[in-house]
Amino acid sequence: MTTQQIVPGRGGAADVAVPTPGAPGEPARRSARRLARFLRMVPVAPAVALLATFLAGPIVWSLYGSFTNAALTGKNASDPQWIGFDNYVKLLNDPVFPLSLWLTVLFTLGSAVIAQNILGLGLALVMQKANKQVSSTVGTIIVAAWILPEIVAAFVCYAYFSQDGTLNQLLAVFGMTGPNWLYSFPMLAIILANLWRGTAFSMMVYQAALGDVPPEITEAAMIDGAGGAKRLAYVTIPMIRNTITTNTMLITLQTLSVFTLVYVMTAGGPGNDSTTLPILAYKEAFRFSNIGYGTAIATVMLLIGAIFSVVYIRALRPSKA
Amino acid sequence: MNKRAAIAIAAIAITSLVAMTGCSSSPSASGEKTLKIVYIKTDAFTALDSLFATTKTAFEAAHQGVTVELQPIAATDDDYKTKLALSQRSTETAPDIFYEDTTSLRADVDAGYLLNLDDYVSEWTDWSQFTDAAKEAGRGDDGSLYAVSLGTDTRALWYSKPVLEAAGIAVPWQPTSWADVLDTVKKIKAATPDVVPFNLYAGTGTGEGSNMQGFYELLYGTDLGADALYDSGSSKWVTGSQGFIDSLTFVHDLYSDGLALTPAQALDPNIWKNVFGEMFPQGKLGMTIEGSYSPSFWQAGGSYAWPDYATAMGAASFPTQDGQDPGGVSMSGGWTLAVGAKTADPQLAFDFLAMALNKDNALAYDNANSQIAVRKDVAADPSYTAANPFVQAVTDLVNVTHFRPATSDYPQISAEVQKATEAVITDKATPQEAAAAYDTAIEGIVGQDNVIKK
Repeated sequence: MTTQQIVPGRGGAADVAVPTPGAPGEPARRSARRLARFLRMVPVAPAVALLATFLAGPIVWSLYGSFTNAALTGKNASDPQWIGFDNYVKLLNDPVFPLSLWLTVLFTLGSAVIAQNILGLGLALVMQKANKQVSSTVGTIIVAAWILPEIVAAFVCYAYFSQDGTLNQLLAVFGMTGPNWLYSFPMLAIILANLWRGTAFSMMVYQAALGDVPPEITEAAMIDGAGGAKRLAYVTIPMIRNTITTNTMLITLQTLSVFTLVYVMTAGGPGNDSTTLPILAYKEAFRFSNIGYGTAIATVMLLIGAIFSVVYIRALRPSKA
Repeated sequence: MNKRAAIAIAAIAITSLVAMTGCSSSPSASGEKTLKIVYIKTDAFTALDSLFATTKTAFEAAHQGVTVELQPIAATDDDYKTKLALSQRSTETAPDIFYEDTTSLRADVDAGYLLNLDDYVSEWTDWSQFTDAAKEAGRGDDGSLYAVSLGTDTRALWYSKPVLEAAGIAVPWQPTSWADVLDTVKKIKAATPDVVPFNLYAGTGTGEGSNMQGFYELLYGTDLGADALYDSGSSKWVTGSQGFIDSLTFVHDLYSDGLALTPAQALDPNIWKNVFGEMFPQGKLGMTIEGSYSPSFWQAGGSYAWPDYATAMGAASFPTQDGQDPGGVSMSGGWTLAVGAKTADPQLAFDFLAMALNKDNALAYDNANSQIAVRKDVAADPSYTAANPFVQAVTDLVNVTHFRPATSDYPQISAEVQKATEAVITDKATPQEAAAAYDTAIEGIVGQDNVIKK
């Protein structure tokens, strides 16, 4: 097979300029091209089939459910009705929704976009400089938070921040009485918990990216008189820009959907003070049996994720060219 | 090339087929019959598990080829209801017999989850032993019977005799108005500052419990009485009532004057364990509103066994606001057993239910779980009346008790009440503001046509 066949249209002007009507070999070649085009899709087909079954299926169901008054109990459980956009109208008028949206954005920006990125990059930079023993020891400790199952990590954080928890006992050593963090500062507690849990991921991504920065370029900058901060700002960061964008997108999407950590630590409380959108969707769908309303919230979360993704993908594009 | 394509296509087809069928399970072997029983079992609640274990043995011996599959769920009441409702959505997972709360009964009947039992109880000789109230508890909106009551409960004002005596209050104690309660509580505070005078559950932490063992005892004791939350005459939810504001004010005053727990403690979902397990036994608590089942935690074999509870504790009825008739307030709930509408063999399932609720089993369950008997023969049994020293006192509360409105939107209303009490104990709102926020929320949930201003 030639390249021509594999990538049709890549031939450039010659392909278009030479008309070959009724050439004897044409139909055969066209069908061969069609087959080739089909075969090119074959390797991705299993992935597409799996995505369609396990990802697109639930999304379509959720989208459909958000236009019905489906419920877990009551008349609407056995016979849900199509109610159009009623769930979305109700959501826009729900006083908890703006609060929940704000808390979700705060949680995502605070614990992922800003803190995990900075801390992850910082750790990666420091560990590049540290000797091997130190970096592998520190690395193991940090990665431990990440490999813990989410429910275990959540219990650990609950035990750390609760009234009689580790943090307050540590404070007591210095003669201070700590507040009940989960009650008085619920958002701070869950942001720190997610930061603790998620930083390892960013750190590993940045370690890999920093390893790919050619040392001769940084050395050249050093010879030109650039100090540490300047080298980081003008050499290292521009060179790992794509990694930063990709990493930010991944951790944003991960953090948007965090449920277990928040539910175990505060269950969205006190009141609605830490009710992020996943918690709100869960409460509406399963605590109050309004599956339809819950799926409408889930659909909104999907949209928010999509908006973030589009922004990041656009940010990623120019440097690719 | 074509061959490879064919293989690839076949591979895709198989992949998606496996993916599609992976979710559905294979049918079970035929011939043998299986009855699936779903219920709650937790560390603190094992009475039902032993009831079913006993019944399973007897039932399997009496019915050859029948396997009884017990599926206890370790969860809170709320989580249990969610899991149960989810399992009802498919014939594969729907239970044959299940433990059903009377509050969710009507909504679940509407959803078509429960089997109509009218024809089955008419041929059941034991049915005449059940009290009328118990029969009523299992009815759906259409007047048919859908579940059989396991037992009921009431709520009393449990107080610590040593704590009250230390404050110079004579026991047995029976307050006659809210002012009377507050007066006593303040005396306790003055006499023993390190004792929590009155634990009044409030807020969303304890969930439905904070209403049943807290706010409703106040609300149902105001001038509107039984119609304080839901007006039964017009079938509408009450808004704007002075009683609601007064009740919130009582809660607010208690917490802001330091006569209750700190708000952070009160909002801990596990606080009730401290109340039963530590605060009362250690004499660190003056009083609380709790269920008639309280002795089941303290008696031998209970989760917080405390041999002295019989002499150290007292039970009074919670008074109405100004002592108006009938003088006391209690709330009742209760759980039932129901047969799933999707069961393969309804008669067999009902036979199991009937065996589980026969006199011996019901007696053992009521005694182990400190339930108020719903069978006349059990109530008359000497071992029932002697099960603990408080049986008579809590059974008498049946005369002043109230039931929650069992509508399908009740869980949401209940959550709004919890939010209102939480707002006042955390000082996020005054009682007036919290009541106004409640009114707005209720209108949003049930619609303007379904509320009535009092």
